[in-house]
Amino acid sequence: MKEVAIIGIGMTDWGELWLKSLRDIAVEAALNCLDDAGVAKVDAITIGCMSGGLFNAQEHLGSLVADYLGQRFVPATRVESACASGGLAVKTAYMEVASGLAEYALAIGVEKMTDVDGNEATFALATAADQDYEAFHGITFPGLYAMMAHAHMKKYGTTLEQLSQVTVKNHDNGSMNPHAQFPCKFTLEQVMNSTMVADPMRLLHCSPITDGGAAVLLTTVEVAKKLNKPYAVITGIGHATDTIALAQRKDLVKLEVVEQAAQRALKMAGKTIKDVNFAEVHDCFTIAEIMVMEAIGLVKPGQAGPAVMDGLTALTGKFPINPSGGLKSKGHPVGATGVAQVVEAVAQLRGEAGKRQVKNARIAMTQNMGGSGGSSIIHILEARS
Amino acid sequence: MSMHVARHWRETPERYRMEAAKCKKCGGIHFPSRLICPDCGTREFETIRLAGKGELVTYTIIRVAPTGFKDLTPYAVGIVKLDEGIQVMGQVVDCNPEQLKVGDRLVTQFRRINEEGKTGMILYGYKFVPDVGL
Repeated sequence: MKEVAIIGIGMTDWGELWLKSLRDIAVEAALNCLDDAGVAKVDAITIGCMSGGLFNAQEHLGSLVADYLGQRFVPATRVESACASGGLAVKTAYMEVASGLAEYALAIGVEKMTDVDGNEATFALATAADQDYEAFHGITFPGLYAMMAHAHMKKYGTTLEQLSQVTVKNHDNGSMNPHAQFPCKFTLEQVMNSTMVADPMRLLHCSPITDGGAAVLLTTVEVAKKLNKPYAVITGIGHATDTIALAQRKDLVKLEVVEQAAQRALKMAGKTIKDVNFAEVHDCFTIAEIMVMEAIGLVKPGQAGPAVMDGLTALTGKFPINPSGGLKSKGHPVGATGVAQVVEAVAQLRGEAGKRQVKNARIAMTQNMGGSGGSSIIHILEARS
Repeated sequence: MSMHVARHWRETPERYRMEAAKCKKCGGIHFPSRLICPDCGTREFETIRLAGKGELVTYTIIRVAPTGFKDLTPYAVGIVKLDEGIQVMGQVVDCNPEQLKVGDRLVTQFRRINEEGKTGMILYGYKFVPDVGL
């Protein structure tokens, strides 16, 4: 397998983009990425999108996006793993380059969620759960994570304050991200008193509905070296699945899918979690960030809540998590999220993250999750110059 | 979304009778039924009926509901560990959701779950209620 580098990154602004269509968002993110890399033509395109069908009544995104991106006849593959579709698009682009099938592979993540009303969007998102044995009973995604939160609180004594501090931290970071949907700050009190959605998850523990796109351009390290500018190398990939239904997991307070993916990614990179400097993780609900911290081995089971309060994962902490603002502040256009995590990691590794720059950022982890933990894709990225 | 009746009809054994698949080799019980045992790989099962009794493992109270469930809010959804050893998700009703506790004994009852709009199917299945030993 060839060594694979990321030589271009691009995003759109994230938010409620009423004047932009699914194809506009995908193409804008891709053009920003190609401009960043200084590359005009690619050999392969991968597109992460959870549900063009339900959000926009549009499938066949390979053809649509390649055409409108001015890349007719280029092989384009749409991949889906619910909210981890973006991470899967990056992995698929990696495979295109590592295998030698493509020299330049462009991974695009996109979701246009506001073409349908809130009810329809909720329905579309719920298709990431088991339709016949979860959604059938009236459970929602906040509800699924709320059940994990409840179990975590019961077993480890995790508190509402700890769950809320994740929000405060991520919005502090997101306030410095010009692409973020909600670049505003919140106090702990505001988060803890926000409207209850599914006990114990409140509105400000939940990521929003977002339109947005992100893209990264991959090529071989051999090609990247000739460009004479900083780039990042993908040194580890871990991809795992678990039961789609939460009830069938052996341990409700452990995201085993993330543990498996993290171990695989770190092993491939020849690293341990102690070697990693920072991470972008899938905080679709704040309990997810807490459970991911434990699953990747950053802290022992049950210790994530206290660690967040101690500032371990703050921007100035020993292991910053979600310097971008995370899904909570930056937004969560589901198919775009996994690609945007990689965009942020590369920006940090290149030292171009501005006010939210992580100090001494040399090795990054990105963790993208599908459903209630039915799938996860983790990348390890390392700075090169 | 309105579906062909068969989409729901085929789930009748599980939803109406709580039928599960018991692996003939390792004895593992699977609900809903499967074609291959994820634990030992066997493809031979016998059909058993779950008693529907168990203990509440975790739960939430849904305040913002999906389409078709709005008139039920606030309602509890929980994961119940059945006495047969497997975990099942379902609504917990006929109780004050604020007073539910992990460890509560619950039992299934046959209830109306939802309807697919005014002209769609009316869907039935199990919900959990407090087990008062009736």
